[in-house]
Amino acid sequence: MKDYEICIGLEVHAELNTQSKMYCSCPNLFGGEPNTRVCPVCIGLPGALPTLNETAVDYAVKMGHALKCTINKVSRQDRKNYFYPDLPKAYQISQADIPLCEKGHLEIITEKCSKTIGITRIHIEEDAGKLLHDSSCNDSLVDYNRCGVPLIEIVTEPDLRSSEEAYLFLNTIKNTLKYIGISDCKMQEGSIRCDVNVSVREKGTDELGTRCEMKNVNSFSAAVRGIEYEAKRQIEVLEAGGKILQETRRWDDVKGMSFVMRTKEDAQDYRFFPEPDLGWIVLEEERINMLKDTLPELPNEKLLRYTKIHGLPFTDASLLVEGLEKSRFYDECIALERCTSKNICNWILGDISKYINDTGSSLYDTPLTADKLVKLVYEVEKGTISNSAAKKVLGVIFDEGGEPDEIIERLGLVQNSDTESLKKLVDEVIKANEKSVNDYRNGKTNAMGYIVGQCMKASKGSANPAIVRELVAEILNER
Amino acid sequence: MKLNEMTISELSEMLRKRRCSATEILSDVKDRINETEGKIGAYISINDKAENSARKVDEAFAKGEELHPLAGIPVAVKDNISTRGLRTTCASKMLYNYIPPYNATVIDRLEKNSSVIIGKTNMDEFAMGSSTENSFFHITRNPHNTDYVSGGSSGGSSAAVAADEAIAALGSDTGGSVRQPASFCGTVGLKPTYGRVSRYGLIAFASSLEQIGTITKSVKDSAILLGAIAGYDRMDSTSSRISFPDYASNLNASVKGLRVGIAEEYFSDTVDDEVKNAVYSAIKELEANAAETVSISLAAKEFSISSYYIIASAEASSNLARYDGVKYGYRSKDYDGLTDMYEKTRSEGFGDEVKRRIMLGTFVLSSGYYEDYYRKAKLMQRKITAEFSDAFRKCDVIATPTTPTTAFRIGENTEDILKMYGSDVCTVAANIAGIPAISVPCGKNAMGLPIGLQLMGDRFAEQTLLNAAYGYERICGGFREVK
Repeated sequence: MKDYEICIGLEVHAELNTQSKMYCSCPNLFGGEPNTRVCPVCIGLPGALPTLNETAVDYAVKMGHALKCTINKVSRQDRKNYFYPDLPKAYQISQADIPLCEKGHLEIITEKCSKTIGITRIHIEEDAGKLLHDSSCNDSLVDYNRCGVPLIEIVTEPDLRSSEEAYLFLNTIKNTLKYIGISDCKMQEGSIRCDVNVSVREKGTDELGTRCEMKNVNSFSAAVRGIEYEAKRQIEVLEAGGKILQETRRWDDVKGMSFVMRTKEDAQDYRFFPEPDLGWIVLEEERINMLKDTLPELPNEKLLRYTKIHGLPFTDASLLVEGLEKSRFYDECIALERCTSKNICNWILGDISKYINDTGSSLYDTPLTADKLVKLVYEVEKGTISNSAAKKVLGVIFDEGGEPDEIIERLGLVQNSDTESLKKLVDEVIKANEKSVNDYRNGKTNAMGYIVGQCMKASKGSANPAIVRELVAEILNER
Repeated sequence: MKLNEMTISELSEMLRKRRCSATEILSDVKDRINETEGKIGAYISINDKAENSARKVDEAFAKGEELHPLAGIPVAVKDNISTRGLRTTCASKMLYNYIPPYNATVIDRLEKNSSVIIGKTNMDEFAMGSSTENSFFHITRNPHNTDYVSGGSSGGSSAAVAADEAIAALGSDTGGSVRQPASFCGTVGLKPTYGRVSRYGLIAFASSLEQIGTITKSVKDSAILLGAIAGYDRMDSTSSRISFPDYASNLNASVKGLRVGIAEEYFSDTVDDEVKNAVYSAIKELEANAAETVSISLAAKEFSISSYYIIASAEASSNLARYDGVKYGYRSKDYDGLTDMYEKTRSEGFGDEVKRRIMLGTFVLSSGYYEDYYRKAKLMQRKITAEFSDAFRKCDVIATPTTPTTAFRIGENTEDILKMYGSDVCTVAANIAGIPAISVPCGKNAMGLPIGLQLMGDRFAEQTLLNAAYGYERICGGFREVK
């Protein structure tokens, strides 16, 4: 078999979380009783006219800045004409020739390297409704609540070379949207969807192979499965001496297969033309710059800061970046400059994440603050309390609130670090465990751990384990 | 004279002097409708809430409230303008049962001024046509001679006003649909500048070309009615924020020094001699009253009809795609699956002319043809617009015939589509350039059919245009004779 290279381009649709819809004042909310969040404009009643939601434009421009795009000062909205029951005007208002943003790029960063993916364009468009198939009647039903929800479509160059890269790209896009705060990114509510373009070519060739577009890809993991399936299918066709036909395919994630929707011959002609009901979108230089200034530190920038400056392991840094709240909390802790970044990171990714996941609450809704966590970790770093005691304190903070030092005091968690009294305790334990002492001296080094454990037990956990270990080692190693 | 034969300004005066009531006006109008509607066919629906509105106006007057000059005036509304709770059909089988849940902005504005919406007028289906013969419901006949068409597409509105079945009416003008029937029926038809009047609620045919316009018995009435419906509307992004004067109180009948542009392209061989002569003598009368004539060139007129039909049909093909049987209006009874439902619904629901334009529009937007047709038409639009801008540096208004002929016989042009389209040859340019234009009566032909003088003005120069028309009306001693 020849050596193949996969070329992937993505079209990512993200719903914007503006208050109202793209062209009318209906609330932009997920769900609701069918056809309750609609008005003459979004269901395209005869005579109704669209008016552009400027916030949606601002959001798209922000994303354009985040993806280092050129922002077009003048852009246009166009009608994309096609018939489908979920599209009540029988056209979607989108942008054809002149999108809001174009020619940008986004880095995808792995532990070993980073790669630049070209962004062809970002444009705004309106979402369609949803078809419902109700078993109680033979007909299909339509819910127009989603009609007119603002979307941005991000189109990439065919720069991605594997399903892993595609996944990483999608994840970086998702994090970027979340950081800018322009999309809820709720996959289960379909707020991010993508179409995947896949082609394969022999390694070493420059020309792109014939591509197939896959629709109905509803999650990032489905994108991975779809790309792998499609690349394999195309390679098999080529290996068998066949030719790839340009076609649109539908991904069936349950079956794990893609099916032909339409071939190039019956490709739809959308008859794009300028939307006569809306004027040009004209952006003043000042507005463009102002929107750029509102951008927060972006996920990739954070990732590099955490790994390069804070020295966090790549996996830890990625996990922090992934959660907007976690990284914000982490940054607040670090700003207090009392504890090491690695310790803070461990606490956030460990016990705190577990609590958040278990309770499903937001970190900022709990009584824990950066200040409290730093105080707590600082006591551990200082040796005042043990790690396990700190976990107890954290539990109390989550359950009841309160200040770490007060809780430590109340629960009597201060470690015994008094060498004199600890020496006495160690001596007693060693006396009572002569067998283990002999084992250690006969080369069973793990016997020391057992003795330390016995000491801790005898102290009811209050002994400072570091000092105990030191004392035990001292005695065991003396001859 | 009966109340229904009077103008807005006359009735408004009488109402204020308590010489008549809104209920009496409405009653005279209704009597007239009952008497003539069988011969004319101006209406599709009559508003059964009109009496209620009239009574409220009388109560308000009785309380001494200050009301707009339109208060209590029965106004007819073309059936492509959405009226909440009142069936709005576009004269199409497709919308034969459609009752809008919202008002067009112009209707809100009329209601705010306490006008009485008398009913919805007949038209060519979806405003596509020049004779009101393309209505799903019935033909509207010319009140001057019922063997002749009323013109179109706002034929019902113009015939209603001409037959005194309404005091004034709203129409819509995409390529001449207000001015041409005004010319045929001897009424005053005004198409405002694109963006002067909100299109919100006007059921779209060609969005970038059409405006709601007025059909009245006098120029002053046009000024009153336009003043009531004009102005920015946040629901229509194409409506203009440019301010405008109180047209009616600023009317000035002096045409002294008015520069009247004459473009010979508009007086070519295709224009009937009788029409030509009537328009020329109207211009002479303006000159006799100290207006100046200026020779101008509008050579791009040659391309205006073809550009118009490309742009209008392209937009129509998209605007009318929503009538698919899914949500409202007509749905075919028997179908097998979605595509079949679409095809049968649209085949059965639309008339021939509408289908013709949908096909034409679909074709000119198709990939491979877009550049050859749509793009070229848009280029011509720019050229035509530029030509008008140049012309208005030299003159204040441009005088032309409104139509090359007077009203034609019913059925005369239904087989010859291009001849029918040619009836718009003098009017479409104003829509392409987005400029305001008015048609006023300027005599009759030997058959006794009215002839229209068209005046076109610069963008947002409605006052200049109305003043010129008002001046001409004064010179004629009013238009009542024409009626």
